Amino acid sequence: MRSGVSDVLYDFWQGSPETFEVAFESLFHQHQRAVYGWILRIVRNPAAAEELTIESFWRIHQAHARFDPARGFEGWARRIATHAALDWLRAQPAQSALSMEVCAEVKAPAEADPAVTAEIRAKTALAFDRLPPKLRIAATLAVIEELPQKEVAAALGISIAAVKLRVFRALRLLRKDLERQGITP
Amino acid sequence: MNAHDENGVKDLLRQALPPIEGDAGSERDLWPAMRLRLDTRIDARTAARAFSGWAVFDGALLAGLGGVAVLFPASIPVFLYYL
Repeated sequence: MRSGVSDVLYDFWQGSPETFEVAFESLFHQHQRAVYGWILRIVRNPAAAEELTIESFWRIHQAHARFDPARGFEGWARRIATHAALDWLRAQPAQSALSMEVCAEVKAPAEADPAVTAEIRAKTALAFDRLPPKLRIAATLAVIEELPQKEVAAALGISIAAVKLRVFRALRLLRKDLERQGITP
Repeated sequence: MNAHDENGVKDLLRQALPPIEGDAGSERDLWPAMRLRLDTRIDARTAARAFSGWAVFDGALLAGLGGVAVLFPASIPVFLYYL
């Protein structure tokens, strides 16, 4: 332990180029699964999540001098991963309405409400996909994944009030889009 | 939108996009792909730095030769001979 942080974190933060590379590899192995899991929750695409895990660690590698050991590695990595996922969502073209491929991909959850048909689920998923990425990411984490708002706020780098506002706006836009399609939630 | 409406949309959303369950970590070791990315980007950066060094040198040489050609037009056939 040096400066109150573990040797690996110290070497990552302040180490020589050689010790930094060793520390980076160690941190990669230690946090790869958690970062991948976090990104998967946002992008819901395993191949993209793998790519974005590597992109996130590349950003971590480049930004190591800005690492603040007092705030911990996990939260910092999660925040970088969230921004990488957000950039990916922004770069994705919006799905065309009622794309049959997407409709086929929307499977029923284990405890599906029988009143909600596959078509409604598909239309809801497509409407959600049309939301602005900033709103979608907040709603994904807070509503779908049901994560605490404090955790969502920390990952997005915004206040809890801003998370609540984004979720509210996302749900309102989603409701309007569904109503235009004749679906009343 | 009241609380009832909000809950209706939330329920529908969870039906359409169920949460990712359990430990969602990738089974694949991503370190080889990470190593490749680091090596590729670092090589590209080194090459770009070397290229920009050469570009400055080439530009300075070209400017020098251009200056000589303007000041001493008689030197142009000599340059053309060495091309």
